[in-house]
Formats: sequence, structure tokens, C-alpha cells
Amino acid sequence: MKYKAYEKIYHLMLLPGVIFLFIFSVIPMFGVVIAFQDFKIGRGIADSEWIGLENFLYLFELPDGRTIFYNTVYISAMKLIAGLIVPLAFAILLNELRLVMLKRWVQTVVYLPHFLSWVILANVFTEMLSLGGIVNRVVKWFGGEPVMFLASNKWFPFILVASDIWKDFGFSAIVYLAALAGINPALYEAAEMDGASRVKQLWYISLPSLAPTVALLATLGIGHILNAGFDQVFNLYNPLVYESGDIIDTYVYRVGLVQAQYGFATAVGLLKSVIGFVLIIVSYRLAYKYANYRIF
Amino acid sequence: MVRSKTWSSRLSESVLILVMIGIALTSVLPILNTVSISLSDTAAAAGGFVNFWPVGFNLESYAQIVQEPHFLNAFGVSVKRVLVGGALNFILTILMAYPLSRTGAEFRYRNAYMWFMLFTMLFSGGVIPHYILVKSLGLFNSIWALVLPGAVPVFNVILMMNFFRSIPKELSEAGYMDGAGPWYMLFKVFVPLSTPALATVTLFSIVGHWNAFFDGLIYMRSSEFYPLQTYIQQLAVPMDLQTADSTQIGLLEKMSNKTLNAAKIVVSMVPILVIYPFLQKYFIHGIMLGSVKE
Repeated sequence: MKYKAYEKIYHLMLLPGVIFLFIFSVIPMFGVVIAFQDFKIGRGIADSEWIGLENFLYLFELPDGRTIFYNTVYISAMKLIAGLIVPLAFAILLNELRLVMLKRWVQTVVYLPHFLSWVILANVFTEMLSLGGIVNRVVKWFGGEPVMFLASNKWFPFILVASDIWKDFGFSAIVYLAALAGINPALYEAAEMDGASRVKQLWYISLPSLAPTVALLATLGIGHILNAGFDQVFNLYNPLVYESGDIIDTYVYRVGLVQAQYGFATAVGLLKSVIGFVLIIVSYRLAYKYANYRIF
Repeated sequence: MVRSKTWSSRLSESVLILVMIGIALTSVLPILNTVSISLSDTAAAAGGFVNFWPVGFNLESYAQIVQEPHFLNAFGVSVKRVLVGGALNFILTILMAYPLSRTGAEFRYRNAYMWFMLFTMLFSGGVIPHYILVKSLGLFNSIWALVLPGAVPVFNVILMMNFFRSIPKELSEAGYMDGAGPWYMLFKVFVPLSTPALATVTLFSIVGHWNAFFDGLIYMRSSEFYPLQTYIQQLAVPMDLQTADSTQIGLLEKMSNKTLNAAKIVVSMVPILVIYPFLQKYFIHGIMLGSVKE
């Protein structure tokens, strides 16, 4: 066919992107060998000493290992569950709203926080949750004792989850709103004729129609359970809440780049990548099999 | 469809409206709090009297920002980053998405490239190997360290590719019949037809560049090269330590520049707030279209 003549041009179009991906994605993959080395940046990969699995064994001995793994999964799981329910509830409520103007306005406003960085939001929350901040003024007004929210191991994980949901519930609701918009209106009309109330319509039409989307998002979410949100935790935490808030990614940063234990930090990161990779493959397979999901 | 306007349905309708307004307000109140602090009197802000409206309105903190060369410099670095990085992302996205959107019959090697992309998406060397790579390429303290590692936004490429595939095949067939080559088809037919999707991925990439702080933190050895978010992040570091010690002196020190810090945060939000209304009408549409596959 005539098309074949264009294949050269297609290769040419892809070339710059492939070069960039090769340099900045493929080459670092070979860099993980330093997980098996006592890596010294001055010597480089070629001349650093090989130490086998020592870095990994060291991690298993450290009490930190268990803490960061537990925190990561715990925070991530809470975010996953709340991140399914809250946007779903919001989308359903928004869908019930009959005033089109108000609906648009609400949508525009709730999407906004998604586009602000955790650096900015961490500053905003640090101020609001400080001892003299607005939240503690409300607490005091109700007669409670002011709490140092961001320095308390009891409150910190909860604040991580709540602020994460606050930032993204609007944006996550887009998927559900699309699914709701795709429901055949004839179903609602028929239900209305049969005398179903709005609550009944919600229960027997809207929710069952959304169930596959929820299941799909839950499945895909499990693949990312070891990503508890580096940007957020990194910008909100402090040494007082390492116990409840330190996750794998923040630990790798601190131990690796701040304390310059490159080999050890890479070993931690590699372990995370391997588990994460297996989880992603499993979750995508499940999504493919049961929800017919494809990335492309 | 006529809905019966009973008393109870009107009540539930009103409750719903109030709830939705409440939710929408929750999304903006924290930001409003910061804006109010930035516009307030220093003493009022330090004493914790500012809620959602400035107390002792003044623009002093903003006047102070103008005199801070460090802040302005960081702002400049971020603008440069968005322009260079955004342009690079944009070009590479369309250049990669077009050939990948062709069918296997048109482009035999499509799947090999797809697998390569998927491979880079699933596997990653992690933070430390990336750091060592950027260091050994000699990119430290240069804008290229912020722009080149993320030059190919793989997620955006997939989104665009899915969008290009949704453009009717007949169109490209007709184009090729009339003698248009791939370059012409891409830039004169596909790109103009893809405005909503392109606006979406451009918004993602611009926002991503504007919001990034971590690469600036680890690749820039001197604060004069910091992009804005890294600069702001560094403001927060001493604050964090003070919360940790919670010593009297620390707190006082922190309070004294509360309004100034708030003003810096507000200024760093401004570009997002400015482009957001223009692009937000596109992005919902764009995400939907990009995610439709068949």
C-alpha cells in the first residue's frame, strides 16, 4: 500500500521523544544496580564496592522499615476508600441539582484546588491548623482545647486523608459525572411513570450504573497503593510526626539525598518499585478482564 | 417531564442547593483565608484575628514583595520553565501521538513503540538513579534539569493518541488521496481539529511545570536558581521546625512575616487562577474525548 512510504516519516516523528525517554527513563533503570553496592558518588557505579543484598537485609533489621511500610499502606488505603466514596456522593448530589447555572458554578469552584500545588496548599493548611489559626479558633469557640494538628501523631494521618480528599474530590467526580451523563434518560422516565421516587431512582438506576466505574477505580487504585502521595506528605510533615506520617518515598528522600546513603535508599526504592509493579500488573489485568479496561 | 411541586420536594430541593453551596464554599475558604491574611494588617494577622475578610486592609505585603529580588527571580525561573517546558511537551506530545494513532496497517512498528512507552511508564529507576543521571549529565543549576527529564509526558501522549484515533479514518484517507503527507496531515488537519484535547494536555503540562518543586529542590544547588514553588517550599521549612520546637521565639519570628508569606503564596497562585477559567471549559470535554476508546 501507498501508506508504507510514510513509515520513515513516522519513525522520524517518534525519534526525539524516544531519545528523551531512553536517556531519562531507560538509563536510570540501569542505575538501580547501586542498590547492590556500597555506592560512593565520587567513585561512580563502576568502581563502587559490590555488597550483594546487604542493603536489603539492613532494611529488614531496621524498625523504620516496618513503620514506613505500614504508614504507606495505611494512609494510601484510607485515601483510596475515601477517594472513592466522597467524589461518588458529590457527583450524585450534583447530578440531582436542577439549577444549571448553580451546577456549573459549583463545578468550576470545586475543580480549582486540584490545580494548586501541595507546596501552596501545605502553607495554607499549616497556617489554618496552627495554634492561632482559624481551625483552632473555631475549636476554642466551641469550648475545646487548641490542638497542634500537624505535630500530633493522632491527627496527622487523618489530616493527610482529609486534605487529599478536599483537594481532589471535585476533579475525581468528573468520571462519575460522565458515567451519570451516559445513563439512558428513558430509564428514569420509565421509573417515574411507575411511580418511583427520586431516592428509589437513585438506588435502582444511578447507583447500579455507577458500580462498574467504582469497581474499576478501586481495582486500579490498588495498583498504586504504595504511592501515598510524596508531595503532600513531604510538604506537611515534620520530625514530630515521622512516626505516623513517614512514607516510603519521603524516607527514601531523607535517607538517600539528605543523608547521602545512595545505595541503601535505592534498595528501598527498588523494593517499592518491584512490589508496586506486581500490584499494577495484577490490578490492570483484573481491570482488563472484568471491566474491559485498556490504557490504549 | 413535569415534576410535581409538592412541599416536601421543594424542601429537599432547597436543602440540596444549600448543601452544594456549602461544599463549593469549602473548596475556596482555605484560599480565601490566605488571601485575607495577605491583605491584612501585620499585627492583626499575627494575633490571629483574620478569618475570611482582611482586617485592617492594606497592600503593604505586596509592596514588600516587589522589593524582594529573590522572590521575583524565582518567579522568573518558573515562567521560563513553563514556557520552555510547556513548548517542549507540546511538540513532543503531538509528534509522538500522531504516528502512534495510525493503525498497524499504516505503521507496522506502532506496537513496538507502544510497548517501549508502556515499559518506561511502568518501570522507573527511582529518585536516586535519576539524581545521579542528572548530576553526571552536568545539568545541575540549569533550567534543562527541570525541563528535559519530563520532556515526554507519556500520559498526555496516550490521551492525545486516543483523541487522534477518534478522528474519522475517512478524513485521513481522503487527505492522503489528495496527496497530503503526514506532516501536512498532522499540522493542518489533526492539530486544528484537536483544540479541546490539546488545550487539556497543555493545561496539564503547564500546571505540572508551574507546580513542580522537588526537582528544583534537588537539582539546584544554589537558591538563585530555584523555581517559585521550591522558593515557597523553602519558606515553609523554618516554619516546620518551629512547629516542632514550638519555642516562643520561633513562633514570634514566624508571626512577624505571616502577611508577607501569605502574599507570596497568593502571587504564586495567580498564574493558575488566570489561565484556569480559560482552559477549564476545555478540559472536562477534553478528558472525556481523550478517554473514549473504541
